[in-house]
This record gives sequence, structure tokens and C-alpha cells, in this order.
Amino acid sequence: MPEPSSAQNPGEAVGNAGAGGTMDLAATEAETLVPGRGGEPDPGDRPRSLWSDAWHDLRRNPVFVISALIIVFLVVIAIWPQSIASGNPLACDINKSQDGPAPGHPFGYDTQGCDVYTRTVHGARASITVGVCATAGAALLGGLLGALAGFFGGWWDALLSRISDVFFGIPIILGGLVFLSVVTSTTVWPVVGFIVLLGWPQIARIARGSVLTAKQNDYVLAARALGAGSTRILLRHILPNAVAPVIVVATIALGTYISLEATLSFLGVGLRPPTVSWGIDISSASTQIRDAPHMLLWPAGALSVTVLAFIMLGDAVRDALDPKLR
Amino acid sequence: MGRYVIRRLLQMIPVFIGSTFLIFVMVYALGDPVAALFGDRAPDPATAAQIRRDLYLDHPLWQQYLHYMGQIFQGNFGTAFDGESVLSLMAGAWPLTLRLTIVAIVVEAVVGVVLGLLSGLRRGRTVDSGVLVLTLIVVSVPTFVSGYVLQYLFGVRWNVVPPSVSPGAPLNQLILPGIVLALVSLAYVTRLTRTSVAENHRADYVRTATAKGLPRHTVVVRHLLRNSLIPVVTFIGTDIGALMGGAIVTERIFNIHGVGYQLYQGIVRQNSPTVVGFVTVLVIVFLLANLLVDLLYAVLDPRIRYA
Repeated sequence: MPEPSSAQNPGEAVGNAGAGGTMDLAATEAETLVPGRGGEPDPGDRPRSLWSDAWHDLRRNPVFVISALIIVFLVVIAIWPQSIASGNPLACDINKSQDGPAPGHPFGYDTQGCDVYTRTVHGARASITVGVCATAGAALLGGLLGALAGFFGGWWDALLSRISDVFFGIPIILGGLVFLSVVTSTTVWPVVGFIVLLGWPQIARIARGSVLTAKQNDYVLAARALGAGSTRILLRHILPNAVAPVIVVATIALGTYISLEATLSFLGVGLRPPTVSWGIDISSASTQIRDAPHMLLWPAGALSVTVLAFIMLGDAVRDALDPKLR
Repeated sequence: MGRYVIRRLLQMIPVFIGSTFLIFVMVYALGDPVAALFGDRAPDPATAAQIRRDLYLDHPLWQQYLHYMGQIFQGNFGTAFDGESVLSLMAGAWPLTLRLTIVAIVVEAVVGVVLGLLSGLRRGRTVDSGVLVLTLIVVSVPTFVSGYVLQYLFGVRWNVVPPSVSPGAPLNQLILPGIVLALVSLAYVTRLTRTSVAENHRADYVRTATAKGLPRHTVVVRHLLRNSLIPVVTFIGTDIGALMGGAIVTERIFNIHGVGYQLYQGIVRQNSPTVVGFVTVLVIVFLLANLLVDLLYAVLDPRIRYA
């Protein structure tokens, strides 16, 4: 058994002990949640957990590697946009309105004479912030409420199902228009709040279903028979085994939330200037598409690649975590 | 069956009340429609009070809601703030959006199921990978981007279709907007059909059907496809509401004066009666579509019986 080169995984030692009854196995699963394995797992030597198995598959999946690289790149330029675009996205020269590419300005200029390259690079921050924060909020809220509904059932479950039906009844773009049109803030938070508000029921449904399935497993019965309380069962045995579908849905949702933010910004109710956002830039470029298609192409391309990367990542993770599809 | 329908209809009531009340609160409580009427100028207090009384805005919110819903079920959707009756706005807008939605659903169902079936039957081959990559790209490009790009290419550059739809919106002009509206759902239908077909391909009943000597196309169409369509039908049913809501973007790009256009105008101008009226009808359509889907289950899958 070769030791992992980096000690990122505290569950490694426990994982080797392997066969110690239901409780131990479930505990092992919980502790191998961190998928940062450094060494080469040797197949056949010991049973691999779902997570290490998935990680083993993922590293060999080109779709995962490519999308992960794109996402890392996007996160880096969202945090330090100056590293590859040192200009000021709000510094514009109206004399250069709609000019084509020039040296040092590879994407040309928009109607206001702003540098399209700088604005495209700086636009990543708004999109990534909205996507990550909205997904985190929706996944926490939806995951928690859904897990409680699936675990306890009864009236709480019924109430939650009806509430999520109500939110499903409102078309999301429509709700966004109504809800955000009265907001005057220029920060990203109203948009994040709205997406969490309408996004959590989808994740709650997945979490509920997945907790319901996990609840019926023998090891849960065994834990109960050994006298474990509800909290312990939920945290130690059910959640680690039910979290995979939620992660998959949340990853894909991250991509669609970014797209939703851009759509709302396009309609004029999402992010507002002076925030630099792909949705706003696409919206203002769309009226000039006949004269200067380059203004639309770059932010639209950046937006599409970002959404694509997150959806591909979610797909790859699902393929790795879903044993049915192997 | 009859009892099941009644139970489902009863279950729809709290959802209907919840959704419409939520929208009602958003429209009437978050913004001030009377102030919006006056634009930047401060309204004369007496006039404002008179308008509030006329529009029933001087009551508590829940009373306004009850009053409004009572009116709606008598067929009175109220009058928009600019004096036009909401009902006549609807009469102009709904047929257009309905036509657009039907085009979109036909496109997404036909193309999506055919592509999904092809790739599901050839899992792991070139056709399959090609279709998968295509759906990924389609899902990632937001509707407003694909809308403008297709409008530019087909309407302006190649001159195949008029770039914006004429007021009457004849069916042939709605094909491009319909495709744009359907694109994202089309990709989902394709993937759903593919997964479902690939999973059912290994089912016992498919092997039985093949073993008793049925020709391949009968096995695929009558046995495999019919069983695989159940999740697809669910998706398309729930998608009707999303399509009508998504029509806001498509109608804006192609200048179609349908429900999405009226709603957008209503929201931007804070024309609350228009917004609440249109949304109420949208919610009803959405709920009925979901009911229809549940009933269609029995047709597709005879194993499902309604008690």
C-alpha cells in the first residue's frame, strides 16, 4: 500500500482498516469525503469508498479535467482581473466608439468606447460571485430543509412539499422581473437573494428524495438499534450517503444560475451599471449587432464557456458518482 | 379516475393561492403603483387618495387580494392604469404566445425525442457523443444570445426569414422564434430521452419482445420508446410554464406583442393590474398542464392505475 504523497486525506488510515462492521464503514465514508487524494489507489487491494472511486474515475475523465481547468482559470481572473487585463473597465474614450481591434486592444471597443477585452475579463467577477453565492445559499437552504423533510416526514414534509409547489408555480424569469424591478441596489446581493429564494425548492426535492433512499439502508437500522440519536444518525450515516445527488445538482445549477443572472441583467433588472457584467454588455451590444458584432461576440462567448464549464463539471461528477450508468 | 382528478384539483387550490398571493405581494407591496403613475413628480395627496380608493388600494393587502381574486373569477380582470381593459390586452396577447409556445413544444418534442432515441440506441458511438456535445453547447448558450445570433444570421445576413415578426404573427414567421424558445428545453428532452432509452434498452420486456420475433422497429417504437417517454412527458408538461415565462426574452428579441411583451411592459411601467392578471392566468395554465401530465401517465403506462 503506497502512502499518498500529500497528507490531504485524514480518512486514509481509517479507510485501510476497512472491514469493521456497519458503523465503521459508514464512518469511513463520512471521513473520506475530502476527495483530495494524492497517491495512486491500487484496485482490488481493499474496498474503495464511493468517493475515492469517483475521484479515481474523475481524474481520468478529460471532460472533468478540461472543465476544472476552465473553472480554476475563471476563478483566478474573477479574483485578480488585473493579472491579465490591467486597464480600467470603466475608462472609455467615446472617440473610439465601436472601433475594431487595435494593438493592445484585441477585442476592439464598444459603443461607449470602452475596451471590450478589459470589460470581458472584469465581467467574470460578477458572474462567478452570483453563481457561487447563489448556489451555496440554495444548496444550504434547500439541502437542509429537504433533508429534514425526508428524515422526519409527516406534516413537516407535507408543508415543505406544498411550499415548494408554490415556488415551482412561478416561472423564474417572470418572478425575477417582478421581484427585482423594485430593487434599486447596484450590488449583486438582491440578485443572489432572489435566485436562492426561487432556487432552493429544486435542491430540496433532490435532497429529500436522496435522504428517503438512504434512510432505508440497513446500517441506519443498525445504528438505531445501537441506540444512536436522530442527530447522530442524520449527520453521521444519512448525510454522507445522501449528499452526492445534491452536489451534482448544485454544480449544474451553478451554471444555470450564471445564465439566469445574465438573462436578468439583459432584461435590465439584474445587475446594474457601473457593475461590469456580461449580461449588461450583451444587452447593450444587442442593438448594434448589425454594425459591430464583435461587441456581442466576446462577452457572449465568455458567458457561454463559463456556463458550459460548470454544466460539464456537473455531468462528469454525476457520471462518476452514479454507479447505475457504468 | 374521476376521484383522482378531483383530489388533484383540490390539491391545486393551495398552490394556486400561494403562487398568486406571492406575486400579488411582490407587485403591490414592494412597489408603489400610485407613485409610479405620477413618475418623478410627487402626487397631489388628495388625488392619490382618490386613486387609491378607486383601485381598492386603501385596504389591507389580504383584503385587496381577496377582492381581486373575487373579481377575476367573475371574469373581470380590471383595467390597466392607462385605461385599457386587461381582458382586451389578453385577447390580443394570448393567441400569439399560444402559437409561439405550440411551435416551441412541437420542435422540442419531435426533434428532442428523435435525437434522444438515436443517441440512446447507439450509446457510446459517434452519433451519441456528437449529440451529447451539441446538447451541452445548446444548454450553455443563454436564450438571449442564441436569439440574437440566429436572428442576425437568418434574418439579416442570409435574409431567409424576416428579422422581426409582423403584428399578425403568422405561423411561418414564428418558426425561428419557436426554435429559439425551444432550444434549451430541446437539449433537456434529448438528454432525458437518451438516458431513459439507454436504461430501458436492457429491460426484460424489451428482451421478451425481441425474443418473440417482433421486428426491430416495433420493439423500439411500441415497447422501448413508449416506456421511455414517461419522464419526457413529465418534463414537457412542467416546461409549458417555463416556456411561456421564457417567452419574455424571445418575444422581446423578435418583437412579438404576446404575453411576455405585455408582462414586460407592465412590470417596467409598474402597471400592476396587467402584471397580476397575466401572471394569474399563467399560473393556472401551468397547474393545468401539470394535471394533464399526471393523467397522461395512465395512457403511456398501463401499469399505473388511479384509485
